[in-house]
Amino acid sequence: MMKAQKLSILLVSGLTLAAAAACGSDDGGSGGSKTSAAPGGAAGPVSISINCEPPKTNKAQRATFEEDVAAFQKLNPNIKIEKVTDAFPCYDPKTFEPKLASGDLETVFYVNFPNVGRLIASGQAADITPYVNDLKTFADYNNEIDMFKKDGKVYGLPTDGYGMGLVYNKAVFTKAGLDPNNPPKTWAEVQAAAKKIAGLGQGYVGYGEYSGNNVGGWHFTASIYGRGGSVISDDGKKAAFNSPEGKAVLQNLQQMRWVDNSMGSQLYIEWPALMKAMAGGKMGMMLGAPDVLISLRNDFGGKFENYAITAQPEAKALFNGGAGYMINPKATPEQIKAGLKWIEYEFLTPGKGQLDYVRAKGQGLTVGQPYPDLYRPDTPSGQAVDQLRKDNANIDAGQFAGWVEGSKGIPPKAEPGPYAQEIYAILDTPMSAVLTRKDANVDQLLSDAEAKVNSLLASKG
Amino acid sequence: MTTASIPVTSGGRRREPTRLRRLVQRNVTAYGFLCGALICFAFFSWYPMIREVILSFQKTNFVDPPKWVGLANFRTVVNDPAFGPAWVNTALFTVLALLCGYGVPFVTAIVLNELRHARAYLRFVVYLPVMLPPAVSVLLFQWFYNPDYGLFNQILGFVHLPGLQWLNSTSTALISLVIVSTWMNMGSGTLIYLAALQTIPSELYEAAELDGAGLFKRIRHVTIPQTRLILLVMLLLQIVATMQVFIEPYLLTGGGPENATVSVVYLMYQYAFNFGNLNAGNALGLMLMIVLMVFSAIYLRVSRDNTV
Repeated sequence: MMKAQKLSILLVSGLTLAAAAACGSDDGGSGGSKTSAAPGGAAGPVSISINCEPPKTNKAQRATFEEDVAAFQKLNPNIKIEKVTDAFPCYDPKTFEPKLASGDLETVFYVNFPNVGRLIASGQAADITPYVNDLKTFADYNNEIDMFKKDGKVYGLPTDGYGMGLVYNKAVFTKAGLDPNNPPKTWAEVQAAAKKIAGLGQGYVGYGEYSGNNVGGWHFTASIYGRGGSVISDDGKKAAFNSPEGKAVLQNLQQMRWVDNSMGSQLYIEWPALMKAMAGGKMGMMLGAPDVLISLRNDFGGKFENYAITAQPEAKALFNGGAGYMINPKATPEQIKAGLKWIEYEFLTPGKGQLDYVRAKGQGLTVGQPYPDLYRPDTPSGQAVDQLRKDNANIDAGQFAGWVEGSKGIPPKAEPGPYAQEIYAILDTPMSAVLTRKDANVDQLLSDAEAKVNSLLASKG
Repeated sequence: MTTASIPVTSGGRRREPTRLRRLVQRNVTAYGFLCGALICFAFFSWYPMIREVILSFQKTNFVDPPKWVGLANFRTVVNDPAFGPAWVNTALFTVLALLCGYGVPFVTAIVLNELRHARAYLRFVVYLPVMLPPAVSVLLFQWFYNPDYGLFNQILGFVHLPGLQWLNSTSTALISLVIVSTWMNMGSGTLIYLAALQTIPSELYEAAELDGAGLFKRIRHVTIPQTRLILLVMLLLQIVATMQVFIEPYLLTGGGPENATVSVVYLMYQYAFNFGNLNAGNALGLMLMIVLMVFSAIYLRVSRDNTV
């Protein structure tokens, strides 16, 4: 009997150890094949992997991407793109760390702005500083590149960027007796317009806003930036939103939700939820960037010609939205160089890759939207992109004109530090409170959230 | 196998190796079958649990070697403003889910067991929600709960009652999630109770009826004592399952409004995937695992004492 027990224990221990050994192994991969990377910096064949290929449902854009992958490899015979991933969303926090841990993370990976600071702070992106000067357009970048910098080092390249604005439905404006060519310029005008739209009847919502799953805090940040406030202090050690600007953001929502009854009673707790409501055709206005218009058309079935974007009302600063690419921290120097070459070819070169507006127009893709806004307007790259865009525009630039004109000269403002997501989760509470409780005490809500953010920042040192 | 490979004892006797060989031969099939289960448990249960414990005491970015940080991850989650509400909400959800999710399926099973007609059809109807993917059920309830045009407020309006805010109010959000959870899960419980009820000898009911016992007395003196073991096991399983509530707050409320529905597992998810702090998420997971283990041990001890 004892022997049988011992045998069982031995078997269990052996299997457990075998499992642990098998699962614990880490090949330290960078997504590309390590064996094919040239050693010691010598020129030779190098393999990389890339992500964010447009999904199969987006046939035209996928075709251009595949065409570019082939052309890039022909142009650079020493670089082999051995794996292309089309998972959507391109950056998924649920799979990022498991892929990094298992060596499955692509050499070149997409990242949206809210996650850039965190990846840099946690050492999960390669330092590309020694290689960026090889990029022809690097010197022309506008200040969006700053988001990818820390302590003088560069950790990634923005490929898409834009400031916030006010997205509105022109058809709903017309139906409510409002002038779609003269959208609101102040928050008082937003309130008045929202009230009129809600007055159209059942199902009409004047103004939509987020309130959960961190998107509530994200939009609070966009709103307070617009009013000239901040979420955290300049040194990043204290909360800064318990201010007249923060109070104004919440009071404005409370007024529209409970006094004017212009926001409906539906809570929007996920990014697609508000987009679906806007695409549905009964919502008047929402905060959003210019890419919202294209997304309403491509992803949510909205009638493109009905929507327009104007400048964020009374804006003093614009929350910086967008995305870019970073390199796997386990990549070899040759893979980093090859990865940067791909980013440059596909996203940064006027007239090539995604900035090939002649091809885009020919394939029925929208051309003319005022983004990506990557380069300073007085640089050769900035002027080239602008000219190509104008020459090949196939959409009504007027839909974006209010935003372009109204946003000129308003400084961009970045995410509130590497702990932005934690701060957004805390700020969800005051946002959901004013949208669900008529008697919500704005001062108390801000004070409570301030204490929580201060405690969070103190714990991070 | 040759005898040369078997060690011979000093007296030249081969009793021990022979016994071992017999033991192995006799049980080789059993060990073979056991291997499959052990490999599965080792890979998918024990290894992740061991890794969870290790990661909760480390700080790692999966690039550099992990650092041991003692209790720092535990301090992070304990200092989180949502930590207290998450445990309170989870406990409250568990209690409410037990009141609804434990009683309703048992009563439904008794009713189904008493029926003489359409029993199979009703069994199917009761089990139907279990067959729906949870996300579909949750989205269905999202429409039911809509304060403007949702089914529930339409029904309330039909009987001239004021509509409720359901998921939009701190006072009704949690109970709204309990209703969803009960609806989604009651089918399985009902079928298990029904199976247990059908093992009760009908003579016991006949004897009780002859003694003049009505429906409630029959349930109290025959049904409950006869199904006691299954009721105790189901109670434990249900508490362990409801303490891990996630999908309902994740899809319906995002933990809101005002943290009214944030649960421990939802907070774990936030740490692991939205805050990029897998180690803190593991620390919270370990805390939940310890709470559930302690509870289960106490429960099993108490229920064993009471059933012996």
